[in-house]
Formats: sequence, structure tokens, C-alpha cells
Amino acid sequence: MDMIFGVPAPLLFGQLVLGLINGAFYAMLSLGLAVIFGLLNIINFTHGAQFMMGAFVAWMLLTYLGIGYWWALLIAPVVVGLSGIVIERLFISRLYKLDHLYGLLLTFGLGLIIEGTFRNLYGSSGLPYRIPPELTGAWDLGFMFLPVYRGWVVIVALLVCLATWLVIEKTPLGATLRAATENAALVQAFGINVPRLVTLTYGAGVGLAALAGVLAAPIYSVNPQMGANFIITVFAVVVIGGMGSILGSIVTGFVLGVVEGLTRVFYPELSSTVVFIIMAIVLLTRPAGLFGRA
Amino acid sequence: MSLSRRSVLGVAAGAPLLTTSLSFRKARAQAQNTIRIGVLNDQSGVYRDLSGPGSTHCARYAVRESGITQAGVNVEVIEADHQNRPDVGSTVMRQWMDRDGVDVILDVPTSSVALAANTLVRERNKVFLCSGAATSDLTGPACSPNTIHWTYDTWMLANSTARAMVAAGGQTWFFVTADYAFGHALERDTTAFITAAGGRVLGSVRHPFPNTDFSSFLLQAQASRAQVIGLANAGADTTNAIKQAAEFGITRRGQRIAGLLVFITDVDALGIETAQGLVLSETFYWDLNDRTRAFTRNLGTMPGNIRPSMVQAGCYSAVLHYLKAVREMGVAAAKANGAEVVARMKAMPTDDQAFGQGSIRADGRKLHPAYLFQVKTPQESSGRWDYYRLLGETPADRAFRPMAEGGCALVRS
Repeated sequence: MDMIFGVPAPLLFGQLVLGLINGAFYAMLSLGLAVIFGLLNIINFTHGAQFMMGAFVAWMLLTYLGIGYWWALLIAPVVVGLSGIVIERLFISRLYKLDHLYGLLLTFGLGLIIEGTFRNLYGSSGLPYRIPPELTGAWDLGFMFLPVYRGWVVIVALLVCLATWLVIEKTPLGATLRAATENAALVQAFGINVPRLVTLTYGAGVGLAALAGVLAAPIYSVNPQMGANFIITVFAVVVIGGMGSILGSIVTGFVLGVVEGLTRVFYPELSSTVVFIIMAIVLLTRPAGLFGRA
Repeated sequence: MSLSRRSVLGVAAGAPLLTTSLSFRKARAQAQNTIRIGVLNDQSGVYRDLSGPGSTHCARYAVRESGITQAGVNVEVIEADHQNRPDVGSTVMRQWMDRDGVDVILDVPTSSVALAANTLVRERNKVFLCSGAATSDLTGPACSPNTIHWTYDTWMLANSTARAMVAAGGQTWFFVTADYAFGHALERDTTAFITAAGGRVLGSVRHPFPNTDFSSFLLQAQASRAQVIGLANAGADTTNAIKQAAEFGITRRGQRIAGLLVFITDVDALGIETAQGLVLSETFYWDLNDRTRAFTRNLGTMPGNIRPSMVQAGCYSAVLHYLKAVREMGVAAAKANGAEVVARMKAMPTDDQAFGQGSIRADGRKLHPAYLFQVKTPQESSGRWDYYRLLGETPADRAFRPMAEGGCALVRS
């Protein structure tokens, strides 16, 4: 068997693929955060809870209404996105004029309340959600056995990331959004309803988190703390990529997934920390993040 | 951008601390005639369902069954969340014992926190009734005259599950181990059995606790070509690992998964489709016999409408026996000297609905039979919670590590 750095080559390639899969989740979650931060200047700490809600809505659709995975991919982001819109209108919209920390504390508190509520209703051990029959099975790549479902996750994540980036950077809608961020009053003077634009953006960012949640449901157990496990890492991803940078969060998400995967081979105990070590180094050398504009 | 990056990160880093929730009530005046039992466990994380509020529910039920309140003794049962962290747990316990007059620390899953409890309780001469934690060190090098290890331990799990797996032809093993005291102890005790039975351990990988994605670790286990992949972890870590092992086709390629610690709540979380065929060991199953069924019925509706786990049943059993000792000694004497209560508990035989008759050894080990179960197939199961088929029973005198092998200082002289 070929060896690379003392590790069998098939094992190393396998970890690279797995890293990409994890990176897909990081990228999708940090993308939603970056969109919300870029346009609203709100650090959305409810994001992990909203990711979890996406998975739970998928589970509820299946359990209570018999609606399967494919519809859940559409319905769950809409439902959770609507709940996000309600939250934005009721709470977050009152904080735009205040310091960022208020928004951060508010969303953090909301996240705790949502998680606590789900924990009280559904316990902490998790709920079973099966992989849809169309996506079961696996491809034998020679060096590893890749479940079809994981490949599907990477493809969906790449498409969603690309689409979001295109919408924000290349369309008139995206141009309006970016303009509203720079100077809301001026954009409003052109007859555009800026508060509504902002509300919808928050809903869309939350919908992205929920979509990631639905994608995660068949892989991880659907449980109230599933978002909390991800969210701190994802924040590190956003910081490394540069706060608010869409492209930065996508690229960093995938890259850090791979770095983490490789750490699991060479020094498994470090795998939960390596992202933060990188974050510290990036902050020391490039305080605005890899893709951020200072 | 006016937001400073440092403030964002500061809040992010501090986030887990803010969730600390202490649900104790202030000590009241009539302290002299009141026994205070503090249930310390995971109220918010991966071990919540197998311990959590269910343990408190069982402890309160034991107080009712004991009838001690009618005899004029007040018993208060309070609870707190240790978040599976020794620092958080130690802070709560110090407040409880030093300020709030708590006499008994109960449950404490997560071995690292339980070892901290073991020390703190001994220093203060209180009582530690450990149901949730697994490390066999509590009756080995760390044994204490103030501690009773009630429900199960890593040696008993290895003795029951690993022995059965090796006997069924699993000669080579690879461990996926939770990287803290519990995982290390379980791996160590299981390794001893495997090698004694002529098997070999090909390697192990240690994962952070808690962890969500196990695919990398499972891939390493797969690459080792071991016949059995031993999961030395618990709760949601185990269910995630089993779920992902099925996804990666590991069992279809001939490797077997040994869940070295699987609770009934984990089987419920996995769903019987995924969990079927899994071999596991417990010391309590709600549907084991008439007494356990009666116990489960009498408990009423558990928090979260679950069936009691062995950890929760252990909390009931331990409190019931403790209150018997208190009744014999009197409240004042029991509050004054924890080691004395524990000595009294060791001198009396135990008997309760959940574990039947048993005894407590000089090193603090509670003895009762261990059961080897297999998870039923969906066709065999009559519905939710009808999960286990009994494969075998290890009698109480052989279910736990012989006292002479543990290295407990209490029994050496």
C-alpha cells in the first residue's frame, strides 16, 4: 500500500473527501451568516438553532404529515425562514441603531430559548430520520466507500453556494441589497422599501441554515444540540474568511473542512481545536480575515 | 465596521458559560431535620435523556416509596446541570455542600465529573451515590469510604459485552474512544478482556467529546481491517457513530460494531430499524420481570415520556437504600458523618423493585446481575420501547471486578 507521510494513501484520500463533505456544511452555514452580517450587520447567533429547526421541521413533516425528504427540502427552509422573518420584525429590527453587541446577545438568547424549548419537547437523545431511498447505497471509489447521500450533500451545497454568490454579486437585486448596506437612506430615496428588503434577506439567510439542517437530518441524529455543536466552528469559519465576505465564507468553509479531516488522521485529539488555532493565526496576521476588506 | 472582532469572539467563547443554570433553592431554617439530596447530571446535553430530569423523577419516587416523610423526616431533592464539565460540576457541588447543606450527591454521569465529585464529597465527609458514571476507578484506585458506585461500570460492560463478542468470533478489535476519563477506562477494561480471551487490539482512535461527525474515525477503523469496531463512548456519540457506520456500509463489509455502552434511550434514538441486532449490556430493563414492570408503572409518566434507563433506575434504588440507613441512624447522625451512613448501607442487604436483591461491597461496589441483551428486529418488537431480547445473565458475584483486582486502598489492609 502506498504511504503518504506515514499514512496509507487510501485513508488519506478518504479523509480528503470526508473533509469536503463537512466543509459543505460549514460553507452553507457560514454563507447564511455572512449574508445576514453583510447586509444587516447582525451577528446571528440564532443560526445554530435555526439549522436545528430545519432538521426538526423535516422530521415533523415526515412523522406527523407523512411528507418525505424531497418536499421537506423545499418546505422546511420556507417555514423556518418565515419564523425568521417574524423574529426579525418583532425583535431584531428594533436593534439596528444600537451597538452590535445588543443584536448578538438578543440572537444568542433567542437561540438558547429555541433549543431549550425543543429539548423539553423532544429530549436530547435525538430522533431517527432515514436517508431517502433514492439516495441510499454507496459508490466504491477504490480508496473508499462513499455513501451516495454524502455526495449529494456536497453537490447541493456547491450549487446553493454558487447561486447565492451569483444573486448577490451579479444581479440587480443583489446590487440593490449591497447598495442598501452602504447607504440605506439614499436607496430609500430611490423608492425602494429598505426595511422590507432587510427582512427578506434575514429570512433568506435563515432559510439557508434550515436547508443545511434538512440535509444534515439523515446523517446526524436530529437533536436539539445539533446546531450548537456546529455553530462555534462556523463562526470561526466566518471570522477566518472575513466577516460578511460571501466568497470568503464559502472557500474557507470547504478548506477548513478538509484541514479538519486531515487533522483527524494525523492527530485526532486536535481535530476539535485546529480551526481555532487557524483562526488565531489569521487574526494575528490578517485581522480582516483572508477575504475581508479592512 | 464599528464592531470589534475581539468582542464577537469574546462572546462566542463565553457562550457556554452563560448557559450555566443552577436550579437550587436556598437552604431553609428547619435544616436540622431535613435530608438534602442533590441530583447532579446533564440537563442539557448528550446525556440528558439517560440521566437528566428522569433521574430526579426516580429519586423523588424513591423518597415517596420509603415512607420516610411520614416518619417525620423532610427530604428535599434538588437538581442542577453540570454540562458534562468537571469545573462546572465542582462549582455546583461546593455551593451545595458548603452553603446549602446538601448531604448526598446523586447520579453524576460523565466520569471526569464523577471523579471530581468523589474527591469533593470525601473531603467534606458527605455521601456520593454514583449511578450515571462508568469508570471502574471509582471502586479501584479512586475508591472512597464516602462513595457507592451503584448501577454499572466499565469492567462490567467489558466483562459482559466484549466477552460475548470474542466468544462469537470477534478476535481483532479497533476502538473508537471518547477522549476523556470514561472512554479511556472503558477501552482499558475491554482491552484486558480481549487479550485475556486470546484476541488482539489492532489500534484505536480518540475523538473529542462530544462529537458529531464520526466518518473520519470510522474510516480509520475500517482501514484497520479489525473484525470488531468497539465504540468506547456513550449517548448521542454512540448513536451518531452507529448511524454513520451503517451509512458507510461498514457492517455490510463484514466488520461488526460493538456498542460497549448503549442505553435504551440510545436505541430509541437510533430507531429499531438501525439498531436491530445490536448486542449490549445493561443492569436494568423496564420489561425484564414483574417487579421492573411494576416499578416502571408506578413511576408514572417520566419527563419526556421515556422509559427509565438503568441510570435513572439506579438513582431510585440508591436513594431508597440510603433512606433506609438514615432511618436506622437518625437524621442528625446521618447528616454529621457521611462515611458512617455509607458503612451502614454496606452492612445492610439491598432490595428494591428495579434491581431486586443485592448487596454493597467494602470497596463501594453495589452488586447485582448484569444482563446481555440483543435489540429486537422490527418484526419482533410490539412497539416503541419493546426493544430487548435477553441473551444471557451474569450473576451478581461475577458481574463486577473481583475486589482484590481493583487496587482499592479500603480493602487492602
